[in-house]
Amino acid sequence: MNPGELVEYMRAARPGFGTGEPSLTAVMMNVAAGAPENPVEDRLCDCVEAIAAAGDRAAFAELFEHFAPRLKAFVMRAGADPETAEELMQEAMIAVWRKAASFDRSRASASTWIFTIVRNKRIDRFRRASRPQIDPAEVELMTEAVETPDMIVARGQAEARLRDSLTSLSEEQISVIRKAFFEDKSHSVISDELGLPLGTVKSRIRLALARLRLILEPES
Amino acid sequence: MIAHHPPLELLFDYAAGVSAESASLLAASHLVFCRECRDRVARIEALGGAMIDRLPGEAPAAGAFEAVLGRLDEPEEILPQPEFDAVTRTILPSPLRDYLNADLKDLKWRRRSLVHEEVPLGRTEDGAKLTLLKIHAGKGVLNHTHKGEEFTLVLQGGYSDADGHYGRGDVAVGDPSVTHRPVADPGEDCICLTVVQGPLHFTGLVGRIINPFVH
Ligand SMILES: [Zn+2]
Repeated sequence: MNPGELVEYMRAARPGFGTGEPSLTAVMMNVAAGAPENPVEDRLCDCVEAIAAAGDRAAFAELFEHFAPRLKAFVMRAGADPETAEELMQEAMIAVWRKAASFDRSRASASTWIFTIVRNKRIDRFRRASRPQIDPAEVELMTEAVETPDMIVARGQAEARLRDSLTSLSEEQISVIRKAFFEDKSHSVISDELGLPLGTVKSRIRLALARLRLILEPES
Repeated sequence: MIAHHPPLELLFDYAAGVSAESASLLAASHLVFCRECRDRVARIEALGGAMIDRLPGEAPAAGAFEAVLGRLDEPEEILPQPEFDAVTRTILPSPLRDYLNADLKDLKWRRRSLVHEEVPLGRTEDGAKLTLLKIHAGKGVLNHTHKGEEFTLVLQGGYSDADGHYGRGDVAVGDPSVTHRPVADPGEDCICLTVVQGPLHFTGLVGRIINPFVH
């Protein structure tokens, strides 16, 4: 059964399944946060939660349908051949299933959470050193280091606005952002490659983040 | 409260998953102490999520979904977690102790002067030199400048220099144009992790004859 067939089957078995209707909780949270509605993203979050709550395979099929092609493309953009990209994509999707219980929609959207999973898979595969892990329990022990609810709400609002504001970036800004996220290139590599001073790359990325309202406007 | 954060570009590269090993280690270790930077990293990760969402897809191989479904219930390989003693857990943040994979008591401190000691930790895969530095409580060490970028993360105690005071979790960024003379807070030895990309250069006559500047 392919993902589409599984979803069809589940729709027949459970009326209302997968119709893209955002869950009531998701709508209320967004209204409370003053954020624009995003039914697709809400639905993806519902799917991760359904996996965590009940091992819901139809919800997994929906996630697979949405993310598998994107994750494969993501790994290929970093220079992997299609076979390696396919393999990493499959590993990432299995990790989505296994880690679903650690997903918290108040802290990150499903797309962001899945981005961190595939990013870590890419690091573990293509580098000798694996990614340093932060122990969440350790952070909880340091009260001053625990994020405040205000910080989390503000970030949720910034994330909800993000998709609309991406189009406001200049071609120069979006191209350095793409190089970082998709081509696995650090600031200094981008600067070498584009023949731009490091300071120029830094300020392009800073300005892009400021324009997307992800960070405050830089002073300069 | 954290007063000194790593530069934004370091956090950005870490969030995008493109930073070198030394930078990742420094960023991750700072994040254990700093909610502001965890928030910054999470905001940059949100950009990653939005970028992935806009990516034109590559079709999965035929039968990919069935292959993945068939593996969902495979038992997960759980790697044994290394155990560390209480002192190590108190002083070293999790990314750093995982990297060192040793208890603090097993590290060999080397006396560099009357007032400071070091444990050389070798180089990361990108060639950066890692060192644990201990400055005795209330003492100052000599002027030096740094060739190449240097970062210092405070792990225990604190110190002051011309730029201000640095406490646990703070990150100082070395600037080759600045000479500084860190003085440890009284009462407790100051332990720091230093990450240096190039060779250290001592300055001044006193420095050249390798005498420590002792307070
Ligand atoms: Zn910070």
